[in-house]
Amino acid sequence: MADARAQTRTPVDLAPVTWWFMVRTMVGARIRAQAGFRSSFAADLASQLLLAATEFVEIYVLLHNAPVFGGMNLAQATVVYGLACVAFGVADMLFGQLDSMHSFIREGRLETLLVRPTSLLLQLVTADVQLRRLGRAAFGLAAYLFALSICGVEWTPDKIALAALAPVGGILIFGALFLASGSLHFWVLDGQQAGNAFVYGGRYVSSVPAGALMTPVRVFFTFVVPATLVAFVPSAVLVDAPLPEFTTAGMAWLGIPVGLALWAVVLLVWRAGIRRYTGAGG
Amino acid sequence: MRAYWELAKGGYRRYARYRTAILAALIANGAFGFIRASLLMTAITTAGAAVGGYDLKQASTYVWLGQGLLGAIPLWGATEIATRVKSGEIAMDFLRPVAALGQWWAADLGRAASQVIPRLVPMLVVGTLTTGLALPRHPLPYLLFVVSLVLGVSLTFLAWTLVNLLAMWVVEIRGYHALFMIVMNLLTGLLVPVSWFPGWLRTLADATPFPSMFQTPIDVVMGLAGLEAIGVQAVWLVALVGVAQLMLHRGTRKLVIHGG
Repeated sequence: MADARAQTRTPVDLAPVTWWFMVRTMVGARIRAQAGFRSSFAADLASQLLLAATEFVEIYVLLHNAPVFGGMNLAQATVVYGLACVAFGVADMLFGQLDSMHSFIREGRLETLLVRPTSLLLQLVTADVQLRRLGRAAFGLAAYLFALSICGVEWTPDKIALAALAPVGGILIFGALFLASGSLHFWVLDGQQAGNAFVYGGRYVSSVPAGALMTPVRVFFTFVVPATLVAFVPSAVLVDAPLPEFTTAGMAWLGIPVGLALWAVVLLVWRAGIRRYTGAGG
Repeated sequence: MRAYWELAKGGYRRYARYRTAILAALIANGAFGFIRASLLMTAITTAGAAVGGYDLKQASTYVWLGQGLLGAIPLWGATEIATRVKSGEIAMDFLRPVAALGQWWAADLGRAASQVIPRLVPMLVVGTLTTGLALPRHPLPYLLFVVSLVLGVSLTFLAWTLVNLLAMWVVEIRGYHALFMIVMNLLTGLLVPVSWFPGWLRTLADATPFPSMFQTPIDVVMGLAGLEAIGVQAVWLVALVGVAQLMLHRGTRKLVIHGG
């Protein structure tokens, strides 16, 4: 108790609240709240793990029937799956809250966030940091590292750098997709599923050997929604699997730059959405 | 009976109104359809022969029928009944002169009916124009399909009702809801047809009602399954109705609703 009180600001201490203090307080409160309900948290974490494992069963079933699928064997496909899983798990924990933008708008809760003197995005992101989503990321990380270790990768400095940087690019790309899907709600309130098509469709594509996709689908999910850049292209380069047409080895490094560029564009759309938003009154 | 019919009509009208939502769902179903069709068709091409009884055209048909039926068959579940338990509104359902389970069931069949045409037809058109469809040319499979679809929707509704009714015993069903959905996604044949599973997983799936919810109606209209599969659906229906009634019976004796 004494500790908690020491961290709380007294009325005397009127220096402006720093950005960092605010984030720490809000995220800290969320984390303490979730850790408080131990059994519920454990069940949530377990279901996230199981979810990740179930998705892997699909890939296992496909490769059970076609041992070389989209140019990859089971171990190589597991690298793709694991990498996509880490990137999506972390992005979902940080930005998954944007999925419920429509209920914020519909229930008029967005107004209460808008009148506060800090960024809307920051409030939405810190409002519901879901630690349980780490379950998926942990499963993915384990799968990624294990599969890399059995693929017989000839490690060179640039391959080590690629293996370490690829998850960062993936987190950036998925984060931008979540924000894009959330921005959509400023224009179409009932359109949640359309936004899902790109976020969750992108996640689906990112977790499979994309060489197996029909060319138009693959081109769309590479050059419009850059899902194959999250895991498939970097993994293919890491494990020396063949790349399909329109894809080059150099594109393995595009995750971070494309992610940043996407963030820049989507942030502009997000700002335009907030400016356009008029509220429902009440 | 009249009351159930009116409830079904109410369910139909309630969901038929959300036109933007239907359009958005079509975009999502279409995007996933292309991804799923790619994966299944590549697996068949790579394997060099039909996999699990599906050739290229049939795999494509399986995917597009499935994407089209996602509107009618409520695979992603609902939490409405659990919410009514929590808020106490469920008391209203028990007070009405028709059975509670019947009310919910009728409303859900109405909801499903409102989603069949607007969700299924566009997906079949997309499928015909892109990866191709192989549908039977005689009327029998289509007639059986209607029966099988009603059974599939009912089974899915009942399974979710069981999960929702857990709310009479536990405060928060979110964890159970999430776990159930995961199992369902895999074992209904939504991701990959159940016949593609390796032996152990297939045995597991066949011992559950899940394939009867989603895969059976699709196989029936494609002519890959018939009366026998519909019989299995009917058996599961009786079993799930029994469990639901038992839970309602036990639960209502235990449930305390506060306030007035």
